[in-house]
Amino acid sequence: MKVAPRRIDRLGLRSAMADRLLPSVVGAMSFLAVLALAGTIAAATLASQWQGDTGAALTVQVPDPRRLAAAGGIDRTAAVLGVLQATPGVTGARALTGPELDALLEPWLGQDTAKLALPVPAVITASWSGTGSLDGLRAALDEAAPGTLAETGARWAARVAALTGSLQASAAAVLLIVALVAAAVLSVATHAGLAQRREAIEIIHGLGALDSDIADRFAIRATVLAAAGAAIGAVLALPVLFWLAALAAPFAGIVPHPGPPTLPAILWIELPAVPLAAAAIGWVTTQFTVRGWLRRLA
Amino acid sequence: MKYRRAGEAILASSPDVISDISFAIEDGGFRWLTGASGAGKTSLLKLMYLAEHPSLGRIDILGTQAARISRREMALLRRRIGVVYQDFRLLDHLSAYDNVALPMRLARKSEAQIRADVTELLRWVGLSGKLDRRPAELSGGEQQRIAIARAVVGRPKLLVADEPTGNLDDDQAERLMLLITALNRLGTTVVVATHNLNLVRRYPAPRLELAGGRLVADG
Repeated sequence: MKVAPRRIDRLGLRSAMADRLLPSVVGAMSFLAVLALAGTIAAATLASQWQGDTGAALTVQVPDPRRLAAAGGIDRTAAVLGVLQATPGVTGARALTGPELDALLEPWLGQDTAKLALPVPAVITASWSGTGSLDGLRAALDEAAPGTLAETGARWAARVAALTGSLQASAAAVLLIVALVAAAVLSVATHAGLAQRREAIEIIHGLGALDSDIADRFAIRATVLAAAGAAIGAVLALPVLFWLAALAAPFAGIVPHPGPPTLPAILWIELPAVPLAAAAIGWVTTQFTVRGWLRRLA
Repeated sequence: MKYRRAGEAILASSPDVISDISFAIEDGGFRWLTGASGAGKTSLLKLMYLAEHPSLGRIDILGTQAARISRREMALLRRRIGVVYQDFRLLDHLSAYDNVALPMRLARKSEAQIRADVTELLRWVGLSGKLDRRPAELSGGEQQRIAIARAVVGRPKLLVADEPTGNLDDDQAERLMLLITALNRLGTTVVVATHNLNLVRRYPAPRLELAGGRLVADG
């Protein structure tokens, strides 16, 4: 005698819920979700890097740098350096060398700025750890060398913060949309499966199947397909992530090293969450869809 | 609207297909349900096996007022009702064995018990050699026997059959009636809808007769 298997496909769902289309669509959603997730992580990393560097940078321009300062018998650059070195909260003050200045201006003014008719100011860089405004420092610098300009990167840091905040919000919105689209796709696939197996469901329902008996069958099928599709989508996104990581490395202050680029550890932790989230969306969406459909049945 | 207050009773009243019908069947009772085509037999049976709900009136089945129970209780009540559909309603992707085993699997019976009961029942209806055949591979009469086996395998408290002998030869019809009367003697309430008045005469029992959606005879 042939003994029936314990786990039979009572509702014939293997044919009713397609095992190619649904994972493919969920896989595509997963691919986008992984990119969005990586985007949030990259934005946070770059923001942290940029805000730390840019916010603390103090840049001072000294016009007519070789002229003697009003006091001390030294040139204006040396006078400004003296003020900076004496100011609490200012560290590492140094004037850029001629070649450094040439390199800085080359994109705009070409090579060999010494031959330019335009007067080029001296540029002094320093780190600023003060919390107050620069007004006092600016006044002291202006007194030592009139016309001197001082600026920190705080304004740029604020803009970078606003930009990264926007990027992260956009990525979160993309994740939400991807989740909603995935839920909609699963709902449509479930409705199609319900329509295709309507007679079988009615028969089983008539034999005394609980709503959970039927909903669980659909949900298990949808969950497996969604998780499988999402896992494939996440794996397919990895080469793209490595490529983007290689492109973004210089902006993140990562020192180039031999071998393939690496991904942030947090991404490796969050990556498995994508199939798990897809599975959860599959389970919940299908349960709601099937139970609602059954309530209309009888 | 009328209803019976105790015991296994079926009361129905629907203004759509059947209307103003009131009757009661005692625990372990047997009723033939007769009437011309279109008289409302199938509609009344659907109310009995809870596939439809009346727009008016009250139905008490196996001591339970159907309109007042939860969906879960309704499902559990359905498990106590065996149904032989006129069109068999077998699952075409399952074997004969799995079709008959369905009610027991839904009731979470053990596979050992399922195997014993299902094979015995399929042997009894003459299909022991076709356990793994799918409905499409079987004749109409064989499909009907599977439907009958599925209806009785869970030892229902109420058995509702819509033309159960329609596709059976006389010998098979006789065997089916023996099975049904045996179940009835064991306490199962039975309602059998039929056009076959010879069968009704051979197995005398009270008769519910419908005409034009109304009950014209009860007894």
